[in-house]
Formats: sequence, C-alpha cells, structure tokens
Amino acid sequence: MRQAIQTDRLALNRRHWMIFFTIFAAVFLALVVIGGTFLNPERIATNFQEKNLAPSLHHLFGTDWLGRDMFSRTVMGLSLSIKVGLIGAIGSTFIAVSLGMIAATMGKAADRIVSWLIDLFLSVPHLVALILIAFTLGGGFKGVVFGLMLTHWPSLARVIRAEVMQVRSSEYVKISKRMGKSSVWIAAHHIFPHLLPQMIIGFLLLFPHVILHEAAVTFIGLGLSPHEPAIGVILSESMKYLSSGMWWLAFFPGLSLLLIVRIFDWVGENIRILADPTKAHE
Amino acid sequence: MNKRMLQKTGTFLLLKSIRMATLLIAICFISFLLIKNSPIDPIRAYIGADMLKVGPEQREKIAAYWGLDEPLMVQFFNWGSSLLAGDLGTSMIFRRPVSEIIQERFMNSLILMITAWVISGVLGFVLGVVAAMKKGTWIDRIIKWYCFTLASTPTFWMGLLTLIVFAVWLGWFPVGLGVPAGVLAQDVTLAERIHHLILPALTLSILGVANVALHTRQKLIDVLASDYVLFARAKGEKGFPLFWKHGLRNVALPAITLQFAAFSELFGGAVLAEQVFSYPGLGQATVEAGLRGDVPLLLGLVIFSTLFVFVGNLLADIVTYLVDPRTREGKSL
Repeated sequence: MRQAIQTDRLALNRRHWMIFFTIFAAVFLALVVIGGTFLNPERIATNFQEKNLAPSLHHLFGTDWLGRDMFSRTVMGLSLSIKVGLIGAIGSTFIAVSLGMIAATMGKAADRIVSWLIDLFLSVPHLVALILIAFTLGGGFKGVVFGLMLTHWPSLARVIRAEVMQVRSSEYVKISKRMGKSSVWIAAHHIFPHLLPQMIIGFLLLFPHVILHEAAVTFIGLGLSPHEPAIGVILSESMKYLSSGMWWLAFFPGLSLLLIVRIFDWVGENIRILADPTKAHE
Repeated sequence: MNKRMLQKTGTFLLLKSIRMATLLIAICFISFLLIKNSPIDPIRAYIGADMLKVGPEQREKIAAYWGLDEPLMVQFFNWGSSLLAGDLGTSMIFRRPVSEIIQERFMNSLILMITAWVISGVLGFVLGVVAAMKKGTWIDRIIKWYCFTLASTPTFWMGLLTLIVFAVWLGWFPVGLGVPAGVLAQDVTLAERIHHLILPALTLSILGVANVALHTRQKLIDVLASDYVLFARAKGEKGFPLFWKHGLRNVALPAITLQFAAFSELFGGAVLAEQVFSYPGLGQATVEAGLRGDVPLLLGLVIFSTLFVFVGNLLADIVTYLVDPRTREGKSL
C-alpha cells in the first residue's frame, strides 16, 4: 500500500495495486509449500564431500556438517511449518468461532463461562501453556498441533463474540424474528454471512503467531521430532556449530522464517483493509 | 487519599484477588490432570537409567511412598494442601526442593526480565513518540516498518544473531552459561554476572520494543488530532514543548499499562532467550523440566509463571486506577 502512493500516474489505483501485490504474495507462499513438498529428498542426503561449505551460487544457503544443502532443508522446513501452522490456525479458528457463538447466543451463564475460560487461557504465559500441553501429549507432531490449537483462540473468540452480539441486536434481525423466521434461519442468513470475513481475517492474523510458536516449541525440543526438516530443528542444531563460525546455518533459515511470517502478516492485514471499504483509503 | 477512596481501592483489590484465586485453583487442577494423564511414568522418570535394576516390588514401594496408588482426587488434594503449605515437592533432576530452585532461578530471571522490561519500555516509548510527532515522514515509516518486522521475528533467532555477532565474531561475550565455568557460585562477581546478562537482555530489549512503540504512536496521533492540541498549536506551541505539555501525560499511562500487561510475553521471551544463552533462569528450568519429565518442577513453574503474569496485570490495573482519575469516577471495577 505504501509503495502505491507514487503510482498515481499509472492506470491502476492503490486498491488495484494492493490486490495485485496480495495475490503475488499469496502465490509466493503457495510456491514455497509446493516446492517444499515436492523437492527431491536426495537434495538433503548426506554428502561428506561437500560438508561445511559457506554460501555460494551452487549452495545458496551453504551446507551443514553432514554436507546437506541448507537451501533445500530450509524450503522443506518452511513448507512443514506452514502446513503445521495451517492445521493449528484452522483448529484455533474453529474453537474461537464455536465459543464466540456460544457466548453470544446461549445466555448469560454461557457467556460467563466462556469469558472465564478466555481469562484462564490468558493467565498462563503462552509458551508455558504450550510446553505443558506438548509435554502432556508426549511431544511430537500431535503435541505441537494440539498445543497450537488450544492456545491461540482466546483473542479471536472475543472478536467473534462481540460481532455476533452486535449483529443479533441489529434492527433487521429483530424484524426478521418478528416476521417469524426461525433462529436457525437467522443464524444461517443474517449472522453467518457477517461472521465469515471476520473468521477468514482472524484466521489469517492468527497464522503468523502459530508459525512462530511452532518454531519456538520445536526449537526448545518439545515440538516436532529432530528427524523432521523443521526450522526449529535446523536452528537448534545450528547452535552447536555457531562457535566454529558457521553462521549461515542459523542466519538464512531464520531469515526465511521471518520473511514468510512477515508476508503472511502483510497478506492478512491487506485483506482486512480490502474487506473494509471505509479503511481502504487510508 | 481520603477514606472513601481507600475503601474503594480495597474493594477493587479484593475482587481482583478473588478472581485470581479461582483462576489459580483451576490452573492447578487442570495442570495436575494434564500431567497425570501424560505418558510420562513418574517412577521411570525418577529412576532413569537404573530402571532395569529395580524390581516390581520396589516400584510398588516407591509408588506407595509417593502416594501414587491412591485415587486421583486424593492425590490432588494431598498435592494441593502441601502446595498451600508452601511445599512444592522435590525436583527430580536437581534433587532439591522445587521452591528452592524456583527462588534461586527467579532471582536470575528477574534481573534479566527487569533489565529488558525497562530498556524496551523506554526505547519503545521514545520511538513511538518520535514516529507520531513526525507522522508521515520517512522516520515514521522506518520506525513502523521496524516494529512490524520485529513482531514477525522469532525470539530465539534474534538471540542466535546477537550470539553470532557479539560472541563469535567480536568475541566480546562468552558463548553460554550464566556464570563463568569452573567458579563456585558464591565467588561469582557482580561484574561477571552483568557480563553474562548483557546479550540475553539485549535480545529481549530489541524485540520488546515493537508493541509499546506502535501503541504509543497510535495514541499520540489521536492526542495530536484533539482540539486542545489544535488550540495549543494556534497559540504557536510546537515540537518538543508541545509534546511535553500536552502529549506526555496522555500517552505515558497507556504505555505503562501496556508494559505491565506484557508480563506474559516477557516470560515467554525469557524462556527462549535463556535457552539460547544457557542462562540459568526460570525459562531454562521450564524447558529442562519439560524435556526430562520432571513433573514437580514443571507444575511448580506453571503455577509460578501464572502468578507472575497475574502480578503484572494487577500492577497494570492498580497503576491505571491510581494515576488516572477518570477510571475512579464511574462504578467500581
């Protein structure tokens, strides 16, 4: 959006540019996922003839102490992170929407219980809660995914609750009720369409947090197994080799993760602005 | 402070404490249940590698000694009542009382967290103010860009970067450990402690800036758009004096509140930074407890970190309540 300020001369307006860049970024993210999934596993095979190489044109991110190509490992790790993040964020959004709806529609007692639950989850430091859940489930893929799902919903649940309450008290819903429409019909035709954009945007804005937390839990050793090519694993392994000057083992994988998270955040923010016409001109 | 206000403040604190107590009991119960249902066998975790040498009779004796053969609720109440008496059990990896370990580790973590908390708060506030005063200029854009990027940066990666630059390349700092190796704990000097503190504190300070800065910027922009600032500008005030007289009071409070309310993130950041720099604080203990199945220590740490976050939130509420007269006028909280 910022880049677009000087582009008035061109035929496209800022909104067009924003859509263009957002689609471009989304395609880039999709490419990383697909690339990581279908990359030939041979590329990260052990190769002692090419170990400990600094970054070069042949090995963009260098190689590690087993001669594995760090670029391939990083792309695979990012792809894995995005997939795990996707499952975690979808789960969290689902919990948030369910609880938000329950709080807003099922009376005062339900509302109290949900608010109390939200407070409960916010009262433990996020990372400690994740460690506790991952520990309980014995770590690994299951532990991380459940931990991520169960700890990211509170803020979105609050948004959904407020949104549902607002729509429910609006005049057209009241009129609809007077005209004899059932509550299921109202939920499907009046409330849900309003909720959908909130859900999608909430999901997109949750995503960066989920990915960062996944990497953090994996980094401290309670997440994905060390055999997976996850970014957290790559970075925690690299710590042993930093003192011997192999900075590229940590620098590039972390930077790539930062970039992916930043792009996701940016895409989410753009879609939020595009979905809200009153903000599109800011 | 008059009598009525004291009374009101007392009620406010009481209500907060009751709320906290219910949450804390629930946290205790849930963590207890979670850990009881975990696949970690406490006896196996306690004995470790000598498992083969221990016969089934001995295992039963250990289980009976720890009360592991009793029903779940009885176990919870046993644990809860000793918890209330201040006994958190004995850590399996350190073979010492959990409360002792938490106390010792907390002092280390507290120094780290307070340093990072103060530096990031002050720096973030200044950045936010500068960005808002220069809104729309390149300085504002750089600060905004920097803050958004920080929000996407993995804490542990930032730690690794500072480690590479300052410890490996420049050689200014040791690569790990909270105190020098081979020196007895009581012989460690203050200077050495500070030396080992700088890098983790730097990492946490760099990352902690984003939230306060962005929030302060938004708040000050709102203030600068107000009528009284317009009037002050019409009288010819501008720049720093304008901010000092009309802006500071209005944006300082939200920033302080926000900083107190960020204790949860601060703790999470400390876990990662301590892990990267092998700094012997609470965070590292949490990771160790989780990795090696030290149930009493992990439970103790979960409860302690919850208390820590609660104290932060309570302080935020109290500061707002005492400093901002507007929050006192309406109904009691």
